[in-house]
Amino acid sequence: MPSFIARRLLWTALTLFVISVMVFVIFFSIPGIDPVVALAGRNPAPATVAAIRSTFGLNLPLPEQYLLMMKHIFLTRDLVSYTTGLRVLPQVTAAAPVTLSLVGGAVVIWVTVSLMAGLVAGVNRGRPADRILMIVGMVAISTPVFWLGSMANLITQGGLHHTVFGWVPPPGYVSPASDPLLWVRQMVIPWLVLAFGFIGIYSRVLRASIIEIQEEDYVRTARAKGLTEPRVLARHVMRLSLIPFVSLLGLDFGSLVGGVVLVEVVFGLPGLGMLAFQAASGLDLPVIMVTVIYGAFFIVLSNMVVDIAYAWLDPRIRRK
Amino acid sequence: MTRAELSAKALPPGGPDGAGAARGAGGHGTALHRAARRLRVNPVAMASLLLLALIVALCLSAPLYARYVAHTDPFPSNLAGTTIVGGKRVPVIQATQGTGLGETPVGPTWDPRHYLLGADSQGRDVAARLLYGGRTSLAIGASSAIICCTIATILALASGFLGGVADAGLSRLMDIVWAFPVFLLAILISTVSLTQGLHLGPLSISTTGMGLPIVIISLIYVPYVFRPIRGQVLAIREKEFVKAAILQGASSRWLLFSEILPNVLASVIVFVPLMVAITILTESGLSFLGIGVQPPGASWGTIFADGESLIYTRPWVAIAPGIMITLTVISLNLLGDAVRDALDPRALDSGRQR
Repeated sequence: MPSFIARRLLWTALTLFVISVMVFVIFFSIPGIDPVVALAGRNPAPATVAAIRSTFGLNLPLPEQYLLMMKHIFLTRDLVSYTTGLRVLPQVTAAAPVTLSLVGGAVVIWVTVSLMAGLVAGVNRGRPADRILMIVGMVAISTPVFWLGSMANLITQGGLHHTVFGWVPPPGYVSPASDPLLWVRQMVIPWLVLAFGFIGIYSRVLRASIIEIQEEDYVRTARAKGLTEPRVLARHVMRLSLIPFVSLLGLDFGSLVGGVVLVEVVFGLPGLGMLAFQAASGLDLPVIMVTVIYGAFFIVLSNMVVDIAYAWLDPRIRRK
Repeated sequence: MTRAELSAKALPPGGPDGAGAARGAGGHGTALHRAARRLRVNPVAMASLLLLALIVALCLSAPLYARYVAHTDPFPSNLAGTTIVGGKRVPVIQATQGTGLGETPVGPTWDPRHYLLGADSQGRDVAARLLYGGRTSLAIGASSAIICCTIATILALASGFLGGVADAGLSRLMDIVWAFPVFLLAILISTVSLTQGLHLGPLSISTTGMGLPIVIISLIYVPYVFRPIRGQVLAIREKEFVKAAILQGASSRWLLFSEILPNVLASVIVFVPLMVAITILTESGLSFLGIGVQPPGASWGTIFADGESLIYTRPWVAIAPGIMITLTVISLNLLGDAVRDALDPRALDSGRQR
């Protein structure tokens, strides 16, 4: 286990380094792109151009420019948006809790629902319940999440707002600390929308592994011993079927990003995705730089934590 | 005995590696034929192929629809235009009733000659734009999927065939790049290059048009396709027919292009429809955020973005492109699953066992 952790830490450090170099290269040395023009946004003032030159040391050699960029992002944390004039880091820390509460709720929903859906479909293989669930799953993985969110808005804020969906507050965000009930009412539709596509993926994976494991000899033996079907499922089938499910959960933080950005934009949630979107539409590159690098680092680090926890649970992983 | 016959005979029964159906250079054509036959009798595959063909045909006929049916040009704004609803001539953009503030475009008339799906906030025919936008979305999706699979295959062949340090380095690099969340990477490259375009050596890509989204989307998914294809190359390299060819003194070029490549191609084919589904979804997401297709170009994503502001008054502007994307992606996913099943003999075997 210690050697696994050491290898994993080393790997993470290397990954973080390469990611930061990629961000640097994309900003400062794509041939044909002038970093000053890129960073300053539309129609920059001469003072802005001079500020960018001195902040990022654009006449220094590239390695020093890289170190300077990293220093501004992680040590002095003093990058300023050239379009709004605001410090970037406080905006990121203010937006992070919104994104976390969106992701947290969505994960709870999609894990619960896809466990149930995958189990029902896997056990009833080929029957109508399975067919219907798999069709729904196929639709779920094929629907653009921003469109789904917009349709949910249309239904809950439009015609039905005065009858069935009167409990849905207008788009926006309140923190759970100030009004927990309002927070839930506000977030439940975004949670469902973000979870929907993942339910499609996860329930299909679980169904496939349940079907495979039900054919195993040890499951047949358990049935032959006269164990009841619920007991066979709970004790024998589900335990092993959950392994690919859980490993998918660990690997998949990165694929959440697209959904998070799009859902936040559609529902007007002021999280990191919204911050990135506003920065992208205003061509506010310093904000993009910080959001992207913090976002990517956060995802790589959480993947590492999940991997180590997973190796601790399942000794076979440590040998890989 | 020719080399091809030998490799066909040296085929091991079944396959340990999943998707590689066409084994041995000699067996290549017949295995693909077998797969095609399996596809032809699969009703889901045929239905999704039909739906896909229908969508492509509709989108390709966009200019015909605009010119001969709708009689509009769906690109310039048409704020002062008029159309006919229920036999009466009405302005395309009307002042919103009641409040006196704002303007509302004409809603769906369900009459293909006069704004079938209504107008957007610029007074343009949504139905005609939907077909034009579909051409863009499909073209970006298909070409970035093909470019992505091509680059990934070349890298995977190089990596798997060279082995050693080159293989280790390339695979590690791909793993690391894949650790970078794809959507963040796309946002990053799009925003940086949006003002000035991309200039990669002799290749110059302007900020308008489809070039920039195609380059970005095809590059970010290379590691995703690279990994399984490399695994395939490694598996095939250990096959007996390759060893037989080596024993016969085959050159590296022969091994690479006549023994390994044809057998890897089956796996690449499996990836293409699934990748088109992914790239279409990615393009629509980026375009919705305003960092994909740039005006005056239109794709399903930008049409949706235009319609979002009208969602409570004229919902069809936003509903229609979403339905088109969903139908296209569903048919691609179903087709991809069917192609995989058809090319994968193991899937057939396990089906028989049960």
